[in-house]
Amino acid sequence: MNSARNISTTLGLGNSKFGLICLSSFIIFLLLLPLFSSDYLLYVVMRIAILCLLSYSLNLLLGYTGLLSFGQAGFYACGAYACGKILLGGASLLPGIFIAMVVGGIVAIILGYFCVRHTAIYFAMLTLAFGMMIFSLAEKWIKFTGGDDGLVGIPRANLSFFHIFSVEMNKVPAYYYFVIIISLVAIYLLYRIIHSPLGLIFQGIRDSEKRIAFIGISVKKSRLACFTIAGIYASLAGALFAPLEQTVTPTVAHWVTSMDPIIATLLGGMYSFTGPVVGSVIYFLVKDIIVRITMSWMLILGIIIVILVLAFRGGIMGFLHLWLFHRWK
Amino acid sequence: MSNFIFQALNGISSAMFLWLIAAGLTVAFGVCGILNVAHGSLYMVGAYFAFTFFQMLGINFWLSIILALIGVGIIGFLMERFFFRRIYNQPIEFQLILTFAFILIFDNLTKIVWGTMLIIPNMPHFFQGAVSVVGRPFPIYNLFIIFAGIAVGVFLWAILNKTWWGKKLKAAASDRDMANAIGINIPILFTMAFIFAALLAALGGALSTPIRVCDSGVGGAVIIPAFVVTVIGGLGSLRGAFVGALIIGVVSSICTLYLPFIELFVLYLIMAVVLIIRPQGIFGEKR
Repeated sequence: MNSARNISTTLGLGNSKFGLICLSSFIIFLLLLPLFSSDYLLYVVMRIAILCLLSYSLNLLLGYTGLLSFGQAGFYACGAYACGKILLGGASLLPGIFIAMVVGGIVAIILGYFCVRHTAIYFAMLTLAFGMMIFSLAEKWIKFTGGDDGLVGIPRANLSFFHIFSVEMNKVPAYYYFVIIISLVAIYLLYRIIHSPLGLIFQGIRDSEKRIAFIGISVKKSRLACFTIAGIYASLAGALFAPLEQTVTPTVAHWVTSMDPIIATLLGGMYSFTGPVVGSVIYFLVKDIIVRITMSWMLILGIIIVILVLAFRGGIMGFLHLWLFHRWK
Repeated sequence: MSNFIFQALNGISSAMFLWLIAAGLTVAFGVCGILNVAHGSLYMVGAYFAFTFFQMLGINFWLSIILALIGVGIIGFLMERFFFRRIYNQPIEFQLILTFAFILIFDNLTKIVWGTMLIIPNMPHFFQGAVSVVGRPFPIYNLFIIFAGIAVGVFLWAILNKTWWGKKLKAAASDRDMANAIGINIPILFTMAFIFAALLAALGGALSTPIRVCDSGVGGAVIIPAFVVTVIGGLGSLRGAFVGALIIGVVSSICTLYLPFIELFVLYLIMAVVLIIRPQGIFGEKR
């Protein structure tokens, strides 16, 4: 495990010329995509981007701070319901997403206050409990959430700014640009957070909690900061999801939804910054493809996950790094 | 008041299923150190097997339960021997997604074998009928379940405390390396412990067939309440699993009577409060 971690952290986003070229061509590809692709492909890319944000939110806790959250779907649902509610109330897109992030952040601070006292399995179980509490609220608080039917008919409101400009978001390519640009900016910000002193503290806590405490840094406060940032990212993912699907149902808060980012992150490799992107792309595409070709998609997906867990423990990126490392030496 | 007593009794009988699932979960966690999310799927497979033998093949009720146990025991052996054994020392996130993959696999396999329709099995004729409790009919079968659950509890206590094998299990649970050093064959013991855990789940599933439905989503649905129970009682503690199951069974049953809307919320709230105040659970030891 340790060797995979050491090698994987070396190649992040764009700290080599090769990485920079890959990154910029990837971004150009994403921006040019609407010119020659169908709406469905754009929809798939948006779903992947949203899963990607959720995976980053999970991986900030798991890969960088060493805490496994089993309830990240709870914050995802907070974002989705908050954004859905606000857009249904007739607001424009930016305030909807901003308020959803604030709501997610506040919920994360409150729940995080209790969660960060624990580590390992107790942390996982406590986040599971809170996540399922949010699920049961979404399912049973019918007046506010619409119960099993969820929020229906959420408008893809216009992107407007104080009557200065207003862009229609009803067309898929317009919303695509919005989602992709927000996601790229958010991922870049996360990259900066991880490579800031705060990010180093997170990684220090993962590697040795005691040493961080000895330096005089509050482990709990740093963990709470990490939990809150993760909550904000998860609710951003939810906030982008609500106008895309135009409905939000309680399943977004269910623990099975929490499994998606965990699987995506571990597939991609949790000790590499690009891991969640690679994992989300592969996980979503594999799921999408096997759902089309066979009824037994769960069986095939299960077998693929089993093979990946048993054979590629460092994830795909970890495996690539190991492979490249041995090749070039 | 009679409402309350009657509903509490119902709660106790549904608690017994939770207890059987949670007991297996806690044995697998306490001895092998694996958090098996697919444990609920073993319960489901046990139920489908018992249904198949009893109803489709017309075998005697008791014999079909035993056959179901044997079937699930073999599945448990294969799972442990070829897959789970490799991740005992892995971080919890790997255990989580590997065992989750088995939920997907089991759900799909049951869909292929038994179809997607809900199956409502019959009650064996000698269990049909009811006894009068606080002036109301209480099904004989539910009464039988309560006794069966208690009997399993006594049986487990006897195995763990009065047999050589139980002592080995306890030794391996408290210190794996030391147990290995004094000559206990850990891999075989772990395989047996996992099979034992699978059998408990399968027994719960097989006993549930006369009063519950067989559905391919059951595996994922029963596992979270089982987590709640094990966490409340203490991960790795059998006594805790029993008490936790009783608490959850009775509380959720009473909540459905008086406050049906917040039943689920209350369960997770209890779980969260226990984790915050006493993370090791009521009977657990700090790890």
